[in-house]
Amino acid sequence: MPRHWGMDLGPRRTRRFCAASGPPAKRYAARPSGAEQDAGHAHSLPQARPPRVTRKRFSSALSLPLGRGSGGRSWSSSSGPPETHCKTGTKMTDSKYFTTTKKGEIFELKAELNSDKKEKKKEAVKKVIASMTVGKDVSALFPDVVNCMQTDNLELKKLVYLYLMNYAKSQPDMAIMAVNTFVKDCEDPNPLIRALAVRTMGCIRVDKITEYLCEPLRKCLKDEDPYVRKTAAVCVAKLHDINAQLVEDQGFLDTLKDLISDSNPMVVANAVAALSEIAESHPSSNLLDLNPQSINKLLTALNECTEWGQIFILDCLANYMPKDDREAQSICERVTPRLSHANSAVVLSAVKVLMKFMEMLSKDLDYYGTLLKKLAPPLVTLLSAEPELQYVALRNINLIVQKRPEILKHEMKVFFVKYNDPIYVKLEKLDIMIRLASQANIAQVLAELKEYATEVDVDFVRKAVRAIGRCAIKVEQSAERCVSTLLDLIQTKVNYVVQEAIVVIKDIFRKYPNKYESVIATLCENLDSLDEPEARAAMIWIVGEYAERIDNADELLESFLEGFHDESTQVQLQLLTAIVKLFLKKPTETQELVQQVLSLATQDSDNPDLRDRGYIYWRLLSTDPVAAKEVVLAEKPLISEETDLIEPTLLDELICYIGTLASVYHKPPSAFVEGSRGVVHKSLPPRTGSSESAESPDAAPAGVQPSEQPAVIPTQGDLLGDLLNLDLGPPVSGPPIAASSVQMGAVDLLGGGLDSLLRSDVGGSPAMGGAGFAAPSTVVPANLGAPLSSGLGDLFDLTGGVGTLSGSYVAPKSVWLPAMKAKGLEISGTFSRQVGSISMDLLLTNKALQVMSDFAIQFNRNSFGLAPAAPLQVHTPLAPNQSVEISLPLNTVGSVMKMDPLNNLQVAVKNNIDVFYFSTLYPLHILFVEDGKMERQMFLATWKDIPNENEAQFQIKDCPLNADAVSSKLQGSNIFTIAKRNVEGQDMLYQSLKLTNGIWVLAELRIQPGNPSFTDLEVSRLFFFFLWLSPAAFLPLHHWYFFLVSHCLLPHFISFPCASVPSSTPCTAWGGIELLLCGRPYY
Amino acid sequence: MEKANFSEDRHTARVAVKPDFTWRNAVDAFRVNVIHARQQVRSPVTNIARTSFFHVKRSNIWLAAVTKQNVNAAMVFEFLYKMCDVMTAYFGKISEENIKNNFVLIYELLDEILDFGYPQNSETGALKTFITQQGIKSQTKEEQSQITSQVTGQIGWRREGIKYRRNELFLDVLESVNLLMSPQGQVLSAHVSGRVVMKSYLSGMPECKFGMNDKIVIEKQGKGTADETGKSGKQSIAIDDCTFHQCVRLSKFDSERSISFIPPDGEFELMRYRTTKDIILPFRVIPLVREVGRTKLEVKVVIKSNFKPSLLAQKIEVRIPTPLNTSGVQVICMKGKAKYKASENAIVWKIKRMAGMKESQISAEIELLPTNDKKKWARPPISMNFEVPFAPSGLKVRYLKVFEPKLNYSDHDVIKWVRYIGRSGIYETRC
Repeated sequence: MPRHWGMDLGPRRTRRFCAASGPPAKRYAARPSGAEQDAGHAHSLPQARPPRVTRKRFSSALSLPLGRGSGGRSWSSSSGPPETHCKTGTKMTDSKYFTTTKKGEIFELKAELNSDKKEKKKEAVKKVIASMTVGKDVSALFPDVVNCMQTDNLELKKLVYLYLMNYAKSQPDMAIMAVNTFVKDCEDPNPLIRALAVRTMGCIRVDKITEYLCEPLRKCLKDEDPYVRKTAAVCVAKLHDINAQLVEDQGFLDTLKDLISDSNPMVVANAVAALSEIAESHPSSNLLDLNPQSINKLLTALNECTEWGQIFILDCLANYMPKDDREAQSICERVTPRLSHANSAVVLSAVKVLMKFMEMLSKDLDYYGTLLKKLAPPLVTLLSAEPELQYVALRNINLIVQKRPEILKHEMKVFFVKYNDPIYVKLEKLDIMIRLASQANIAQVLAELKEYATEVDVDFVRKAVRAIGRCAIKVEQSAERCVSTLLDLIQTKVNYVVQEAIVVIKDIFRKYPNKYESVIATLCENLDSLDEPEARAAMIWIVGEYAERIDNADELLESFLEGFHDESTQVQLQLLTAIVKLFLKKPTETQELVQQVLSLATQDSDNPDLRDRGYIYWRLLSTDPVAAKEVVLAEKPLISEETDLIEPTLLDELICYIGTLASVYHKPPSAFVEGSRGVVHKSLPPRTGSSESAESPDAAPAGVQPSEQPAVIPTQGDLLGDLLNLDLGPPVSGPPIAASSVQMGAVDLLGGGLDSLLRSDVGGSPAMGGAGFAAPSTVVPANLGAPLSSGLGDLFDLTGGVGTLSGSYVAPKSVWLPAMKAKGLEISGTFSRQVGSISMDLLLTNKALQVMSDFAIQFNRNSFGLAPAAPLQVHTPLAPNQSVEISLPLNTVGSVMKMDPLNNLQVAVKNNIDVFYFSTLYPLHILFVEDGKMERQMFLATWKDIPNENEAQFQIKDCPLNADAVSSKLQGSNIFTIAKRNVEGQDMLYQSLKLTNGIWVLAELRIQPGNPSFTDLEVSRLFFFFLWLSPAAFLPLHHWYFFLVSHCLLPHFISFPCASVPSSTPCTAWGGIELLLCGRPYY
Repeated sequence: MEKANFSEDRHTARVAVKPDFTWRNAVDAFRVNVIHARQQVRSPVTNIARTSFFHVKRSNIWLAAVTKQNVNAAMVFEFLYKMCDVMTAYFGKISEENIKNNFVLIYELLDEILDFGYPQNSETGALKTFITQQGIKSQTKEEQSQITSQVTGQIGWRREGIKYRRNELFLDVLESVNLLMSPQGQVLSAHVSGRVVMKSYLSGMPECKFGMNDKIVIEKQGKGTADETGKSGKQSIAIDDCTFHQCVRLSKFDSERSISFIPPDGEFELMRYRTTKDIILPFRVIPLVREVGRTKLEVKVVIKSNFKPSLLAQKIEVRIPTPLNTSGVQVICMKGKAKYKASENAIVWKIKRMAGMKESQISAEIELLPTNDKKKWARPPISMNFEVPFAPSGLKVRYLKVFEPKLNYSDHDVIKWVRYIGRSGIYETRC
């Protein structure tokens, strides 16, 4: 292609180029002046560097670590023999210990350590520690120091322990010598010594010692003294860090859990801290098994423990997921008093809990408003803390303002920068000011920003100028004032201010075309002082864009062209485009110029981007100038109002990390924490708003009522939020997707996936396609009638061999993920249950042109904890147009989160191309377990005890089956007939079934023979009484709806109120029968 | 969760816990990248090779905490401050010398207040019962268990069995007024941050209740007696926010807005508060700056005191910044002394005392060296320092009741002192 062009335009180009290369000296003159200014500028800013004095001091102190600084007296003693130190007394100064630098000191120390005099021994140990501190190797003294361990002097003991912690690892064999003393000390009558021993032992990371630690630790965990217990609690975490398996085998975790109920608040706090730390490294274990009772205990301890303990407890509370909005509210109520604590960390942790649980509260609630109001003052108060804490607070406020701008919208003034603020505080405040800027306060903000633009710190000034531009773009009414402010600033002629101002004015032009072009003249005056690429590019853009209004646009651009090859790529590209624009606007005068720039870009440049752009313009211009005009001068898309907002998924995650490092860095922990820890992505709790309608219909937004929605995925929009929180870490037993390399990308990928999901109807199975989601407890039978009947027809038509079913009903495969939405990967599938195991049968088809490989699958948390039991195994790469069938075994031990509808399952599939997301609904009968047959007596007893409100009924019309057929059909899907009787000619069937999470459903079916003239067994009505029992039964019922999808009974959803999703609540509430019924304990 | 604390010259370095964490390297990394960094410190949190360093500086001592995990950053800083407080309480100023002299003590303290990166009880009162510079006295068994129960107990800040012959308490209401005013006299932002510091010398375990003219409380009480509302309504103040020492029962404050507590022995900060409404600004500064040509500036500053004539403000200092290229200054002032301090680039005007509702003035001529520096002088704001014997927020202590049910002394027997001091915080007027 280049050759083609060369032939065409070659001669002309050469000629023009030569003609243009005559040097108009103007640019050259401008250059050195710019450089001079640079130098001057650097010179004028000595303040930006650290004070030289300090620096010098440090380095000299380092080079002479022992000889300087602390005054002559103590140092001068170094020349004396060591013995003199002992005589000088032990009272005031320890600094002398740092002074023995002579050779042979080890020997002297050895002698002293073995001295008979206690005082001398102590002195010697102090010297050893001092040497250790400055980095000298004193490990040779190990046996001698350990010998000093047997003492009743607590201070000496502490010193020896300190030594041990440091050197035990390098001398493991010798360290064994210390074990006996440790064990003995753990039984000392003095609790301080017991605690000291167990504390130190945990810090010695030698396997052999660790073994001996177990017994003393066990005793100390049950010590009568709370001081020892609280120390032992932390020791479990230490031990877990050394040897996790050991801790589990020894049952320390259970003991630690018991400590949460300890009578002493500090023990509780330390136990919580230890458990949280252990739980963090085992995300899937429900170690920190929080339930309403334990939460209550924590909240009580919160009022009593130290400030640090309060932080541990609050941080732990933040990980809890309340069952419903009421619980969330009651926790919030008890946490709010912490906002008045003097310790900023307590306040921030409380804010974290509140911000998180607020997600669950309905916005219409009075309490929600109260809470918002209560949050503002403490956040403002944080700004009067020490600067370092202010910084942490401001970084967090930055997040909070993005998540809930309403909290601080009236508090603009407190973010005004103070002259003496450290620079890091200033920059953060500025950022928040822009976020809070609105029409109401823009005048004040602008006045402030103008002040800041005259300060000293270059970064700060630049940011302030940029902020003015952002205000203009954000608040349209202020644009004019912003522009005039910027012009004022340009008049100051301060180099970097001018450049920054020009960059932002470019954005203002783009946002408000044809409004402020009158200022162009002023901008052009400063052309020569621009030396930064971004500013030059912006200026060139402005000249090119408004070429028709600038008389000497060609001259201006030509002047830039002089040093074309010295410019940065950004400027070169912009210059090329600008000149083409100019040419299209004033074709007659600028033909030469355009030739020149095109040849510079295409012939003399090594940069492929530049060359390509040059060729495209060239070709466009030579073939079809009209088209060129349309392309180059096309209307530009609007620029967005808010810049550098944190991406919403990340923001939600960061809100869960308020107060921690993640919130300071604005990065998820995985970005800066090594290893597997911290991989768990935290997520905000889902709003419960839509399903609380039965209790408070006014609280639920209209139209979300599931009963009114015939579509399959009515709440999908809401669910997207949940999908975003897709848990890439824990529950799956290590599919490739969880590999650390993906962690970082995951967030972005999810963001991308969101769009495609939003546009698509999520691929639900067609069997569910027409069905309606039935309503909550207040179901009117008639409501369900229509869809049910048609569906039943379908189902019962299918029936060939009734009663010979070997497994439960399996729906045909349906397309879950259409190829066009997944870059050529089509996934269809269905769920089945065979002999007690659930599987997901998938058909993967490659409809793309490239080979697919590296498949992996992952589920979001879901109502029943469904998770893949094995990785997705696609052994050979999937060639184009090839498909593969896979049966993916599932289990129900994953983590649990209530979904809406309950049987919604969100899935992420990864291959070598991308990650794709879809969601599907699984039929509930795959969760019916084989031992769901209840004993008759039990059934009877239970049946009577079920409260009325747990009951629902509806009918199914036109079911062409008799009682026996129904019974056997149901049995095929693990719904068992317990009894059958005939009442007034109607067959009554009593059924029971049990879900994987232990929830029982009992039903009564009444089969009314319809039209007697029909010869056979036509069933016209079915009555279902669904009753439920669950250990979680005491939870407010109306908050939970349970959508039963059962293909064996009905190919549709039948709804009935039901228990919550499996909860970790122990079976205490309902007494004997239910305990038996639950079958197995909850995990 | 590893925490280390290094002093300037590495004489004290200590790391609590974790594996594979070579603190020597960490110390070096911190020294090279933060302490001796080329540029000014841009953030108190630094991440070097996936290790995060938190630091605070006290004179020329750097205290740093180190971690590789996502720890609670606010807690770490609070802890570092607390560590400073504890060290100050034990051996006075934090200086290189003091740290060297007390390194064993510091080890011991750290061992006690930080376990595996988790801060433990760090109340100096409690710590001093069993960590002493003299070494541990041999304690009886009762004493030992008393120590442990105090360190871990609900009232970790006070020990049992304190006795005073004279029960006495001192309340200091210390406020700092912050102001940012435009040259035209418009208040851009103003707030008072106040502290109530209490020194208690009370026997036993006294239960205290503190009351002030908090608007919310007064309005609540006023509901009963209607006529009182009108009277006290004016005197009450709206508190934007307040925070309390950990001895105050926060849940009680939240529900009833009453401040009740068992105080630590000796001095402590009971509460901090912030107000922004109806602040009495003790001084008003009126600046006038005129540029006469390129080499001369004329500055006139008037200060007006705005409080009761019977009260006296003290230690008044007005600081008028001058350009960097100042060559000479002539000052005339009506009251006090004024001096041009070239090293600080400012005219400092000091007045020892000034009564309320008075006015004073200073005028100065500043000669400038001609420069070709294009950059304009940034005109930093004029700042002021002063001390006044009242609370600019209007806060009044209404009562502080003391109950000690076990010992036989009543509220009346306690001698109570209250003092109000208002100081300038950042009190600036732009010119």
